[in-house]
Amino acid sequence: MPEPVIATQNLVKRYQNFVAVDGISFEVAPGESFGLLGPNGAGKSTTMRMIGAVSTRTSGDLSVLGLDPNRYGPEIRSQLGVVPQENNLDVELKVRENLLVYGRYFGLPRARVARRADELLEFAQLEDKAAAKVDDLSGGMKRRLTIARALINDPRMLLLDEPTTGLDPQARHILWDRLFRLKEQGTTLLLTTHYMDEAEQLCDRLVVVDKGRIMAEGSPADLIRRYSSREVLEVRFGSAQNAEAAGRIQGFGDRVDVLPDRILVYSTSGEKELERMTASGLRPITSLVRRSSLEDVFLRLTGRNLIE
Amino acid sequence: MSAGSPGDAGGVSESIRAEALAAVVAAAARTRRYGSWYVAEHRFRVMRSYAQTVLFTAVGSPLIYLYAMGVGLASLVDGNLGDNAVNGVSYLAFLAPALLASSAISVASEEFTYPIMLGFKWNPTFFGMNASSIQPGQIINGIVISVAARMLITCAIYYVFMLVFGAVPGAFGVVAVFVALLTGLAFGALLMAYTITLKDDTGQLAMVQRFVILPMTLFSGTFFPLDLLPPYLQWIGWVSPLWHGTELSRVFAYGMPEPIWLSIVHVLYLVALLVVGWVWSRRLTVRRLNT
Repeated sequence: MPEPVIATQNLVKRYQNFVAVDGISFEVAPGESFGLLGPNGAGKSTTMRMIGAVSTRTSGDLSVLGLDPNRYGPEIRSQLGVVPQENNLDVELKVRENLLVYGRYFGLPRARVARRADELLEFAQLEDKAAAKVDDLSGGMKRRLTIARALINDPRMLLLDEPTTGLDPQARHILWDRLFRLKEQGTTLLLTTHYMDEAEQLCDRLVVVDKGRIMAEGSPADLIRRYSSREVLEVRFGSAQNAEAAGRIQGFGDRVDVLPDRILVYSTSGEKELERMTASGLRPITSLVRRSSLEDVFLRLTGRNLIE
Repeated sequence: MSAGSPGDAGGVSESIRAEALAAVVAAAARTRRYGSWYVAEHRFRVMRSYAQTVLFTAVGSPLIYLYAMGVGLASLVDGNLGDNAVNGVSYLAFLAPALLASSAISVASEEFTYPIMLGFKWNPTFFGMNASSIQPGQIINGIVISVAARMLITCAIYYVFMLVFGAVPGAFGVVAVFVALLTGLAFGALLMAYTITLKDDTGQLAMVQRFVILPMTLFSGTFFPLDLLPPYLQWIGWVSPLWHGTELSRVFAYGMPEPIWLSIVHVLYLVALLVVGWVWSRRLTVRRLNT
């Protein structure tokens, strides 16, 4: 087995009066695409910063590319590309200049940085924006520029903190395409997200994190199999009738989850459950049969929705 | 983590490990050494975007101040007190070194306030730098280097105007440019440290401008010798880096009589402020970026 590029053992980050990361352990293999899935405040970003060697851990073991971040911060960071949650492109510089100054931070010669900047502008589909002001870019373009910037040093591993939060669906898909291409080229990806579809699209393996702890670990399909069912039937009866209907639905499918305004029935076949429901005289106002997702896994594990 | 294999397989993986470590250490070595200059390079690029303002103030303010005070006001002072009005020299010669030092202070008050706030908060580029091989202390070094460069240019231009106005009788006047630089940086480093402590700007920086920098300029022996102030106000001068800088500048600009020990105190005081401000800024930055 190749040596993991990230290995955490009982990783803890404690602030004055709260524990952001509470004993997290996982390993990431080279070339793997690994996700941290969880709601806001779960400790994903904090974990990410510790791995990115910009936040000192309180306790536990952490090795990134075989090195201890406490001692080899600049060395580890020289091998990483970081896409933070909040854009920190320099708005006082032009698009291409942002890549040029950033490349220099890794001690790369000017000529090489310039060449690489042009390649990356192409990769990020921003060639015609090279001389534009950063503020004139759309949200999706800024994100792509940030990713291009993170690639300027040919990193062995890319850390992405909620890469598509706040982007419209089209921009998200363009971004996913780019990330998928990097993954194909063998770049290790570590990403946090609270979007299940993103995790399903991009992650080979992931951990579900809540309140600083790991709730489950596996591939997206594996987690869905273990903690959910193949399909989910969502029905609404109107908030007044919800509780009464819920009582009559108990025993349907593999499992039933009653939410304040809708009921979820987990089953291998949502259609069959719906037929059975209708046969027993229940008339939902709306019904939807969908493939089970990581959101269901999360709900099952924590009893809460991922995005509140 | 898996345990190492027994026998020489462990030895091989050890040597691969050592090689990989050496490669990574080499990759970061340049940044460990020159990182501060890379940050300065970035800052110069940013300054280029407002280069016109920099040059305009650098040329405009000596023109305006030297003319208004050194010529206009001076005619009044010299008219009343004679050609060797203060310290045995003309008012213009007395005033010019002080204006030079103030010009360094004014660069400091621009560059060590809002751009710092910007980098930590409004457009958090410092966090971006910190995510690369750059270390927090290098960010501060790079800022100091770049501001020092701008300050030096500004002061040099000022000095040229002083020569044009015939305001430098002394032979070692050019040293005053470097005294001004030291003055500006000494005050600026402290100002930067203060700015880093601000989580948000709710008017503090404007207050500093109004209630620290302006009074300092007025009561640091700039326009009149400090000993003309009532004794209970003279302490403002003693703590003010501008007063120390101005007095030292005058020694070089026109040979103002001053005991040598006092000149040494000026230098030590300014250097001490610079060191304290610089080190403090670096520490605060480590704390703010390592979250």
